[in-house]
Amino acid sequence: MSEPSLAIRNFSDLANPTRFLALVAVLWPWLAGLTLCLFAAGLYLSFTTEGDYQQGETVRIMYVHVPAAWLSMMCYTVMALSALGTLVWRHPLADVSAKAAAPIGAGFTFLALVTGSLWGKPMWGTWWVWDARLTSVFVLFLMYLGLIALNRAMDDPARAAKVSAVLILVGFVNIPIIKFSVEWWNTLHQPASVVRMGGPTIDPEFLHPLLIMAVAFTLLFFTLHILAMRNEILRRRIAVLRRHAARAAGRKKGAA
Amino acid sequence: MSHTFYVAVSYIAAFAVSFGLVAWVWLDHRARQRELAQLEAAGIRRRSDRSEAAQ
Repeated sequence: MSEPSLAIRNFSDLANPTRFLALVAVLWPWLAGLTLCLFAAGLYLSFTTEGDYQQGETVRIMYVHVPAAWLSMMCYTVMALSALGTLVWRHPLADVSAKAAAPIGAGFTFLALVTGSLWGKPMWGTWWVWDARLTSVFVLFLMYLGLIALNRAMDDPARAAKVSAVLILVGFVNIPIIKFSVEWWNTLHQPASVVRMGGPTIDPEFLHPLLIMAVAFTLLFFTLHILAMRNEILRRRIAVLRRHAARAAGRKKGAA
Repeated sequence: MSHTFYVAVSYIAAFAVSFGLVAWVWLDHRARQRELAQLEAAGIRRRSDRSEAAQ
């Protein structure tokens, strides 16, 4: 019998979990290496560039706060695309992707909230205000926790996948609210200064470390995501094996 | 408190969250591998693995 080909020629080939696992095995060391190199460069620039004339040294908090906040939204967008994959295309790995991304998204959202608070205290004079940006990000954090809890609470993975996918898509309404909250409402949080019409308004002295740290955090996210997906595929394989073994044992008992 | 304090705590938090996520993925993988090895030792394998072993 000939070996099944593990070559990935188009996107639909990734629907085969065995092929996906083979791809992850090749990809993850490169992604992890690149992530480490970018973090080394980003951290070097974060601590060697000048402080801001108004914010002083606290400008360095921005180099971890902004990437974490971007990732909190990007991770949810990845989950929303995965939810579409589950409901529309019934892609076998779509639910695996959404489920694996939720804890990572919760982690980065938590980091964005904590570092934002740590910047707010010396700059605004308060750890927290219930303005539109901070509140909508806090709601995003609660949504991540809710989705993790929901997935753990349901025994039937097929049903959990559908319910989670619907909830993720409903919750996606929060992403544009987070992005545009600083423009729609009068918030203490400053408006966008990097991703905006007309280009970034911040000085290259701060923009360069920020962009390198953002790419490093994004690569960290994708490295963690594909590895968490690999773990989820293994978890599902184990569950199927246990079920088959239990059924076989039941049949043997019935025959005896 | 000085600005350095807030900067230091922010980077410690960033490291702790990143390290926590890496540790979660790594420990989860080890636990799943161990579980698969135990099942294999008990003779419980995927059909595709069984056919490969039979060849």
